[in-house]
Amino acid sequence: MENWQDQKSYIKTFTEDECAISTQDLSVFYGGTVQKLFNVSLGFKKNTITALIGASGSGKSTFLRSLNRMNDRVARVDGSIMFHSLDVNQSKINVYELRKAIGMVFQKPNPFPKSIRENITYALKANGHRNKKKLDQIVEESLKAAALWDEVKDKLDQSALALSGGQQQRLCIARAIALKPEILLLDEPASALDPVSTAKLEDTLKQLRKKYTMVMVTHNMQQASRISEYTAFFHLGHALEYDTTTNIFTNPQGEITEKYIQGSFG
Amino acid sequence: MAKKEQDLQQVVEDALAEQKVPHVKFKGIDPRNIDVDRLTKPSKETRQERWGKGLTFLAIILIGVLIVAIIGFVGMHGLATFIDNKVNVFHFLFSTDWNPGAGKNHVGAAAMIVTSFAVTLLAAIIATPFSIAVALFMTEYVSGKRVQILQSFMELLVGIPSVVYGFIGLMVVVPAVRAVFGGTGFGILTATLILFVMVLPTITSLTVDAFKAIPKELRKSSAALGATKWQTIYHVVLRAARSRIMTAIIFGMARAFGEALAVQMAIGNAVLMPYNLVSPAATLTSQLTSQMGNTVMGTLPNNALWSLALLLLIMSLVFNFLVHLIGKKG
Repeated sequence: MENWQDQKSYIKTFTEDECAISTQDLSVFYGGTVQKLFNVSLGFKKNTITALIGASGSGKSTFLRSLNRMNDRVARVDGSIMFHSLDVNQSKINVYELRKAIGMVFQKPNPFPKSIRENITYALKANGHRNKKKLDQIVEESLKAAALWDEVKDKLDQSALALSGGQQQRLCIARAIALKPEILLLDEPASALDPVSTAKLEDTLKQLRKKYTMVMVTHNMQQASRISEYTAFFHLGHALEYDTTTNIFTNPQGEITEKYIQGSFG
Repeated sequence: MAKKEQDLQQVVEDALAEQKVPHVKFKGIDPRNIDVDRLTKPSKETRQERWGKGLTFLAIILIGVLIVAIIGFVGMHGLATFIDNKVNVFHFLFSTDWNPGAGKNHVGAAAMIVTSFAVTLLAAIIATPFSIAVALFMTEYVSGKRVQILQSFMELLVGIPSVVYGFIGLMVVVPAVRAVFGGTGFGILTATLILFVMVLPTITSLTVDAFKAIPKELRKSSAALGATKWQTIYHVVLRAARSRIMTAIIFGMARAFGEALAVQMAIGNAVLMPYNLVSPAATLTSQLTSQMGNTVMGTLPNNALWSLALLLLIMSLVFNFLVHLIGKKG
């Protein structure tokens, strides 16, 4: 893959109104000098699922984590991230408020060692929500949105650690949704789950698309093709190709993209 | 490219034709003839296994016998007070009249029991907030080399012999308490202050382990929900480490309860019910260390000391039991 620089990047662009969030020349440096991401400019269309694909170390997770400033204190992030016509990649931004608007779900299901209910109310309570009725309502709504309500409605006060891996992951989604974010960032949300749980999770994500904009890192290309409308292909820290998922998978423009899709490397 | 490959193919074929390529010889790697008899007989390996198992088992038996012997010995002598000398158990536990030389109605250990629990609980109560704060600082706020430096300071505190703590207590803390609070300077307060320093590293290092055991992902996902560092610490880290912090406190208390020398040097050694924190008192351990040279084996005063030892043994079993109970509950 030495000749990757020869490949032109084919990046689909949207107008700012169409985008829920977009980046301009986003670069990420670890330890001051090691550059892991090179001038990535991508826009994510509202109410869609965008998949970020690419081999390990291609920078897709780094990119995702930059979007809600989870790379603060870990790496230096240059460039701008436009969210509601505001560059949120500046130090004066209140990251705590930003992260409430841009939720994140991680690779491994990681519920807090609390009850199911407390997992969802934790962040709300930290924000000063005290009204029990309202909290109960949010718990129910979030769990329903994450398609978990029917499975757990009778055991809301039991430990979340007793749930199965798939249920835990949907609880993590419910937990993020409870804050009513606009965007959900998903970092390989199904990679630790079995096929049945994965199918349920994907169903949930498809449902959520109506209300949220989602950006999802995945190693599973079938998954990307199943549930995403748009796909961005990352390679060695560059976003090489970004288009509709159909185009990426059936008619990739770049040679490397094609090779990756066909499974020649990665 | 294609030509090169053809050339290469040609070279290989030529070499094969001339038998220059070393052929793999299959001689000598045929399956061995299986000797069915040997399958049923012991070999060097089976003997080794038996020896290994036997040696470790022997060690366990020896230690087991030792433990049973200690408990049995302490129990036998400790119970002699109640069986041979006919001391009432309730009198022993609830009376403050301690003068075993005067007969069976003067063997009340209540003052020492109360003092022991008082210094233990007070030391734990003072040490716990400091330990949690230090542990949080070491795990959540600094990293790398600075953690190691802090950790080696803590280990230094563990390594100081208790007689040194006692000596510092006697020379520094006793006069200081006397100057500030009046009295003789000997008493529960002084002992507590010394024990606080002695249990601090125990509780801290176990609490550090508790915090380190919490997955990073939990902290990250809390941050992703918009929680501040402090909110994460308070609601997630402390909550998740709760049972292990309790274990740390109990280990600290066990250490404080069992500490004899440093306490003996600072508490005043008067078997009296403490009426305030600066009046001279005595704990179970301090009475045991200060009196063990003054009694004759087999007499009531000696048996009474054995009873104190039995009480200490039972308490350490209780502390262990609590640790297991908390560990099971998670």
